[in-house]
Amino acid sequence: MGEFEAPTRATIEAVWRIEAARLIGGLVRLVRDVDRAEDFAQGALVTALERWPEAGIPDNPGAWLMTTAKNRATDEARRRAMMDGRHRELERTTTPWTTFDVESLDEIIGDDVLRLVFIACHPILSRDARVALTLRLVAGLSTAEIARAFLTTEVTVAQRIVRSKRTLAEAKVPFEVPTGEDLHARIPPILEVVYLIFNEGYAATAGDDWLRPELCDEALRLGRILVGLVPGEAEAHGLLALMELQASRARARVGPRGEPVLLAEQDRTLWDRLLITRGLSALHRAEAIRRPLGPYTLQAAIAACHAVATRLEDTDWRRVLALYDALVELTGSPVVELNRAVAVAMADGPAEGLSLVDALSDHPVLQGYHLLPAVRGDLLSRLGRSAEAEVAFDEAAGLATNARERKLLRARAEACARRSRPSE
Amino acid sequence: MKVMVIVKATRNSEAGVMPGEDLLAAMGKYNEELVKAGIMLAGDGLHPSVKGKRVRFSGNKRTVVDGPFAETKELIAGYWIWQVRSMEEAIEWVRRCPDPMPGEDAELEVRPVFEAEDFGQELTPELRAREERLRLEMERQKGQR
Repeated sequence: MGEFEAPTRATIEAVWRIEAARLIGGLVRLVRDVDRAEDFAQGALVTALERWPEAGIPDNPGAWLMTTAKNRATDEARRRAMMDGRHRELERTTTPWTTFDVESLDEIIGDDVLRLVFIACHPILSRDARVALTLRLVAGLSTAEIARAFLTTEVTVAQRIVRSKRTLAEAKVPFEVPTGEDLHARIPPILEVVYLIFNEGYAATAGDDWLRPELCDEALRLGRILVGLVPGEAEAHGLLALMELQASRARARVGPRGEPVLLAEQDRTLWDRLLITRGLSALHRAEAIRRPLGPYTLQAAIAACHAVATRLEDTDWRRVLALYDALVELTGSPVVELNRAVAVAMADGPAEGLSLVDALSDHPVLQGYHLLPAVRGDLLSRLGRSAEAEVAFDEAAGLATNARERKLLRARAEACARRSRPSE
Repeated sequence: MKVMVIVKATRNSEAGVMPGEDLLAAMGKYNEELVKAGIMLAGDGLHPSVKGKRVRFSGNKRTVVDGPFAETKELIAGYWIWQVRSMEEAIEWVRRCPDPMPGEDAELEVRPVFEAEDFGQELTPELRAREERLRLEMERQKGQR
């Protein structure tokens, strides 16, 4: 170790974020309680904040934090055993955390992060709860950071986390990492959480709350960690591929005035080729592992068709269409069918696409979904039916929830108005 | 944020001295940790500058110069690109790197990479203020529920 300046709080917190998941995961294995595990871990962080500015960062910060946390846990276990002297025998058999194995530190530590991921994403928890717990325990975000990311209050997030831990404790969820078919079945809730976090960040454009792009980064990071933990799971690679490919377009998605730029209009020279390479690589791994392809892998394959097209005109729309056919069959989702209609329009012409969109217009799920009239407007516009297109864009603008998208849609409506009434 | 971590060249690296078994093993393990942590995006070693060339731009003139190049301290021996949350995190990971040039002084430089949010700065304050107002309003509403 070299001579460094006294570590700042920011540095110690950076170390914490690096070590948190493994630390808490390891403590959960030892004390068999998520709340206590986090408590001991946080205690170790407090001690680090006190000691490291003077003593410097230890050579192996992870081991230091673990030892510190374990010591606190041991002390508390002894204290409890002494206070309940009469019940000592009973405690030894019913609460294993009072006497735990020093040797268990030598167990496969890699499992500890995976253990924590499975617990944080347990299907018994609501989606919001899983997201909050994952960001807190696995990504090491503070309550304030989580609250800011999801535009909610710290109190809400804190309560959500407390309730989740209680739910897990009451349900006595086992702390063993699932294996085989069990493991495979437990993967989808994890992927859902990671993609949710990604979309929270991805939907926000530059100029929004500074944390938003970092949410994409956090999700990408979780995705990369996940493929390292469960490399045999095709959909984990598929999800990572999808996120890397979508993230590759980040710089092109926002125009000079902060307006959203649609895929068809993006300056492709701004696409991040490193992320595209990584995304294609992950997709390749997903496809090699398992056929037929799962929903994330299919979406990634569609994103890949765009990523490899230097210009819009070079897009292999027939392949995009074939992938959407598979995705529609797999998910039965009307939103996917709408996206498929857009691909049909590109492959076979706007009239073909329009008839599909019209067939979807009464679907209950799509009522109030602004992209339905938006797509209609686009197709009508391409067919030269400007007056009808204007009506559709206005309807879409009325339904849009995002102010910037609304502005874009109104602009398109106005452009149609100018075309259909040029003499005015 | 993304950072490029640059491994500066040394006399040995320029002389083509290959890393020993110990260093290779240690570096292999280190790179594994970077991948497992989800931060490793790219990384490579570069051949010594004797195998390289430079193209000098001066007005309209383009001159090609063959290596090796003299100023070892300014040369690059290798690089990584990492995705990290902060410079502090980048420095902490660099701190954990095995000594890349045993027997010599070595230097690693960390430089942030320009990203999407670095552009369009002029608009950010106004938009940020608007988003902040919206967020506070939402908090206020939620607090009333």
